[in-house]
Amino acid sequence: MNFLQPIGSIFLGFLTSVGRLVQFTISALSHTVRPPFYPRIIIRQMIDIGFYSLPVVGLTGIFAGMVLALQSYTGFARFSAEGAIANVVVLSITRELGPVLAGLMVAGRIGASLAAEIGTMRVTEQIDALTTLSTNPMKFLVAPRIVAGLITFPFLVLVADIIGVFGGYIVAVYKLGFNPSNYLQNTWNFLQAEDVNSGLVKAAVFGVIVTLMGCYHGYHSRGGAQGVGMATTNAVVSASIMILCSDYILTEMFFAGI
Amino acid sequence: MTDPTPKIRIRGVKKAFGRKVVLDGFDLDVGKGESVVIIGGSGTGKSVALKCILGLLEADEGSITVDGREVVHAGARVHEEVNSKFGMLFQGSALFDSLPVWENVSFGLLAEKRVNRTEAKEIAIAKLAQVGLGADVSELSPAELSGGMQKRVALARAIAMDPEIIFFDEPTTGLDPIMADVINDLIVKITRKVGATALSITHDMASAHKIANRIAMLYEGKIIWAGPTEDIDHSGNAYVDQFIHGKAEGPIKMAVRA
Repeated sequence: MNFLQPIGSIFLGFLTSVGRLVQFTISALSHTVRPPFYPRIIIRQMIDIGFYSLPVVGLTGIFAGMVLALQSYTGFARFSAEGAIANVVVLSITRELGPVLAGLMVAGRIGASLAAEIGTMRVTEQIDALTTLSTNPMKFLVAPRIVAGLITFPFLVLVADIIGVFGGYIVAVYKLGFNPSNYLQNTWNFLQAEDVNSGLVKAAVFGVIVTLMGCYHGYHSRGGAQGVGMATTNAVVSASIMILCSDYILTEMFFAGI
Repeated sequence: MTDPTPKIRIRGVKKAFGRKVVLDGFDLDVGKGESVVIIGGSGTGKSVALKCILGLLEADEGSITVDGREVVHAGARVHEEVNSKFGMLFQGSALFDSLPVWENVSFGLLAEKRVNRTEAKEIAIAKLAQVGLGADVSELSPAELSGGMQKRVALARAIAMDPEIIFFDEPTTGLDPIMADVINDLIVKITRKVGATALSITHDMASAHKIANRIAMLYEGKIIWAGPTEDIDHSGNAYVDQFIHGKAEGPIKMAVRA
């Protein structure tokens, strides 16, 4: 029966990790709505997470829109449906590619940076020092970052949406020879508020996921530089997987009836 | 070990990490205004003992009272109240990298909203002066300071809130002998000046001799000897003799692989 022992041990380890993550999530989210609040830290984090991610998000958005227009054209031309390119670009960008690609890119940038920062604070006893200085680390370190992620991600995705549609426009007009006003008219006519809104709701959820995973893995890192390195990797991988899973669940919720 | 009115009273504390038992019936009393040093080899549980008192780790069994208040299995509110009596000097200083020196020193005052930022800076500069640092370092970041200066800043932070009890975790580790002596002198001067109770852990015997009224030796999770500092050189305890003279031969066996 000894071969069952490692299986049981792995399963118990998995359950422990899930329990710890759920406990951390509940504690972190509850601290976001209970005083004291740290507005200066929230603003600083919003600048770090939001403002400094703009170049990454902008580049991701514009190339996603350009590729989408080009790929759609080569496919749709076989059926003489080139006119639908504007619709495909705007729908794909606002509903899916904007939030998911921006989420994944920012997960790489912010998830890693949060895990490394908080992980280093953990292994150098700075988190213990906070506790001895009458400051709850969950309130001071974790809650402001989650609030900043929740607020800034929808703005980042809005930027990705606008730049992505603009990328599609550039390729359609300057490379594929579309009429600019017709292209814009088609884009505008086909776009519905719920397409954008669903993307923004997804973005807010992704913002919480990315910051939560970064903080969680950093907070529980152990064992010096190697531990911080592992926390960084785990933060990015787990945030990316959770973004893709939650994207499917949210899409199912928004568009299942359509 | 039988002070009638101990500031800190520890009885039968046990703490294990998995199968590894670190504290196994740890008893100690620290009287008001007394300076007690716990000595012991690396990995004997000195830091764990300190963290159990601070509530950073939860003891598995036993009792720890601070001014008569039980902290083992106590709630967050009790820990917050009790911790407001403490100041702590961490082994690696544990200064916050993201804040300038003066904000590090006055962090606890600002966290408890006892003073505004202008007053906090004035207090920080006064505390820095007490540890022999000028106002010019107040705007520097901790990374710009040498190890000895970081230790002094950490000491200034530990005394910034005029604590009743100060913990010193390996205060001289990593410092050259002269700087170590400077830090020892500062500890003696400052604890006397503020009339604080001090509990230190170290394996530096020169430091222990200088800062302690009483020394206790921790071995295999228990206090195996405790007495006045002047008695330690003729304790009659083979373990203590081996440790204070730094001999490889004796009852304490180190796990060394050739």
